Parts: sequence; structure tokens; C-alpha cells
Amino acid sequence: MKVELEADKCVASGQCVVAAMDVFDQDDDGIAILLEETPAPELLDDVREAVAVCPAAAIRLVER
Amino acid sequence: MADTLAGPVPEVPDAVPEFPMPRSGRCPFDPPPGLKDLQEETPLTKVRLWDGSEPWLVTRYAEQRAILGDSRVSADTDKPGYPTKASPEGGEGKLSFIMMDDPEHARLRRMVTAPFAIKRVEALRPAVQRIVDDLIDDMLAGPQPVDLVEAFALPIPSLVICELLGVPYDDHAFFQDNTKTMVHRDATPEQRGRASREVAMYLAGVIGQRLAEPKDDLLSSIAGRIEAGEIDHQQATEMALLLLIAGHETTANMIALGTLALLQNPDQLALLRETDDAKLVASAVEELLRYLHITHLGRRRAVTEDIEIAGQVIKAGEGVIMVNEIGNRDPDVFPDPDRLDITRDARRHVAFGFGNHQCLGQPLARMELQVVYGTLYRRIPTLKPAGSLEDVRFKEDAFIYGVHELPVAW
Ligand code: SF4
Repeated sequence: MKVELEADKCVASGQCVVAAMDVFDQDDDGIAILLEETPAPELLDDVREAVAVCPAAAIRLVER
Repeated sequence: MADTLAGPVPEVPDAVPEFPMPRSGRCPFDPPPGLKDLQEETPLTKVRLWDGSEPWLVTRYAEQRAILGDSRVSADTDKPGYPTKASPEGGEGKLSFIMMDDPEHARLRRMVTAPFAIKRVEALRPAVQRIVDDLIDDMLAGPQPVDLVEAFALPIPSLVICELLGVPYDDHAFFQDNTKTMVHRDATPEQRGRASREVAMYLAGVIGQRLAEPKDDLLSSIAGRIEAGEIDHQQATEMALLLLIAGHETTANMIALGTLALLQNPDQLALLRETDDAKLVASAVEELLRYLHITHLGRRRAVTEDIEIAGQVIKAGEGVIMVNEIGNRDPDVFPDPDRLDITRDARRHVAFGFGNHQCLGQPLARMELQVVYGTLYRRIPTLKPAGSLEDVRFKEDAFIYGVHELPVAW
């Protein structure tokens, strides 16, 4: 599975970082950064939570 | 009938429910029973407001999130159809970017997102812990009973925002006094207005100083935007004032109302008091945000292009209200929604709204609440209400729901 992040949609809520700290971080302005494009399987639940809570629909989890 | 109701006096028999609705006397933490009934019946229904207008009320979680995330709605209170709030206190005024739409909203918002990044907020945690501990020390040293709202709940966010903005320590007392008046239950509208102008002038002054001599604080970075020609001094002041107002009464009410809810649910309070698991404390914060939901008048939008949703068409020029309080009690998303259970996974609540306007300060609010809920009941394990629940006055008519005062003893 691959994570896609559309940073221009991001509203800097930080929710993805809280949900999946190993996969997301924020830049100096709080805009999300993807740390792991293809996270390990045990991180996928966290990523799904990030997808669900992102207020800007900026994150997607897609089949590779 | 839906589209003929714009005229002044509809002659038809009145089937459109009024909004807001009264809460039941039974549980001050539950949404009005009338709203829950509507939620059961339909995801979308018209309601009548104080001014006779009839916007749509969105009752369920999925539809609320869909509309708040839709670019065809506007947060601009001047747009046709925007459901205005009754304004006993002389209106909300235009609060910088929260009443604007993208792209201008996004441009201004991004100027102040930096300090709310998770890591920056975490770095403030020791300072917040110190503020909370000092206030508890003061309470313990003083007489009982004490009003938790005045002695604890209101000062915390005010002092935290001082920390964040970079208000010099010597000015904390002035800042505290005025911010207290801005939200004080007994203040007249004139007094509130004056206090709010005092604070605005003060902030404008500090921004001016930071222009000349920048420091490492939020007011300096806002000042930097003036220098870069991105905003003017007036906009900068409005932005600083917005950050203050948005985080003040909201956080304070979550502290006081949250404490009351926990005191009413002793098993939940015991869990929290006896844990040193930061995860459980964080989970309690999410659950209380879900369960209490204090912005009870709902998020409001004007629809700018027809939106088809839940088998209905909301037309351009109509208003729409998302009462996230009932979204957070949607049984399809949160089983047994009326039960306070700090061990449940409540992270998907919409207490901070949803979409591009979702609360900018939420990481800070979360951290403040984690420190408070994780500290207060451990340090004062015998904390109890000094009086009965019947005597507590709830802020039924206020923009932000909560308690006017909460006398406590230990
Ligand atoms: S959750 Fe969404 S909006 Fe929030 S920081 Fe992450 S990507 Fe941005």
C-alpha cells in the first residue's frame, strides 16, 4: 500500500501526525510532510486513522 | 414547500421546528432531546431561526462532514442565506479569517499555523504544566469553596496564549484582567467592548514593538508579515485577537464543564485519577470533546452552488447548520453515544469542526486539556462540587456552552 499526500490541500491541523507519527511530520509552517511513502504493514491502521481524521481529505491510501 | 418560505410571514401551519432548542432538565451534558429526535428521523431538515429564516439543519455525522468539507459552502456571514446567530451581545463581529473563504482564508491562516504544529505545541507542555501547577497551588492555599471557573478554568488559556503570543510577563496582569472582562458573565456589553478594544490596542502596540525589534514569538512572526507587505497592521491585530478569543472561553469551558461531567461520573473520574498512562489521558480528552461539544449553536455556512445530499438538493443561497454536538452522538459512528466512556476511541469526533476551517488551535487545546485532566484530579483527589447540580447555572444562551461558575471544595 502506498500513501499519497496532497500538501496543497493541507490545512495544518496536525491530525495525521498525532494518528501516525512514524509516517507523517509537519514542515515549519505546520504543513504535512510524508515520511514513509510505503509504510510497514503494522503502521497501516494508523495511516487509515490519519485518512479518516484529516479534515482536508488530503491523504489517501492506495494499492500499489 | 421548501422553497417558498423566504417571505416574511408564512401562512401555512407551522411544522418547522425552532432552532436552537431547549435542553432537557435531566442531563445538562446531553444535546436537546428535540435535536436527537430529528437526527433519528432524518439526516437533513429545515429549522426556523430567531429572525424567521429557515436554513437546513444537518443532523448526522457523515453528512455534516461532507458539507463542512465541501467547497460549495461559504463561511462568509455576508453571503446570502448565511444563518445568522441571534446576537444578544451585539454580534460577533468579523473575526479575521474564520469568516472568509479560500483562497484568502488559506493565505491568512497559513501565516499563523506554524506555532500550532504538533512538535511546537509539545515544546510548550512544560510551560503549561507549570501554569496549571501554580494555579492548583494557589487554590490549595486559599479558602474553600472556590469557583473553579474563575480560579482555574479561565486563567489557564489566557496565560497559555500569553506564552504563545509572547506577551511580556509584566503585562500578564493587564492582559488577564481584560480578557477576563471580555468573557465575564456579569460584564455589560459596553464593558466587554471596552476590554476587547483595550486588548486589541495592546496587541497592536506589541506588534509595533516587534516590528522594530523582533523576538522569537508569534507576535513577531505576525509583525514579519506586515513587513513583508502581506497584511496591514489592522489585519495583523485582528489575527492576534482571533487567536486569543478562539482559544479562551472554549478551552475554559472544556475544563470546567469537563470537570463537572467527570464529577458526575465517578467511575470515569477514578480511572483518570488513578492512571499515569498518557494514552488514557489523551483518550479521555477526545471522549470529553466528543461528549461535551461546547460550540452548541453549530457550524454555519451559506451554500454558494446547489449541493445534492441525502436525497435532497440544498440550493445556492440557502443556509446550512451543522450541529456537531449531535454528529458526535450519532449512534452509527459512536455506539451507545450518550455514555461517557474515556476508554473508547473517540478520535473521529467533530468537536473541532471539519474541512478547511477546522480549528487551527486544536493541538494546543488538546495539550492544555491533557495537562489539566491529567493533573487536577491527581493533585486534588478529593475534589468535589460545593453544592448541588441543580444550583449550577449553565450557559444555555451563550455562543459557547458551559457553566457560569463551578464552586468546588476538597
Ligand atoms: S491531517 Fe490533513 S490537514 Fe491535517 S496536517 Fe495532516 S494532511 Fe494536513
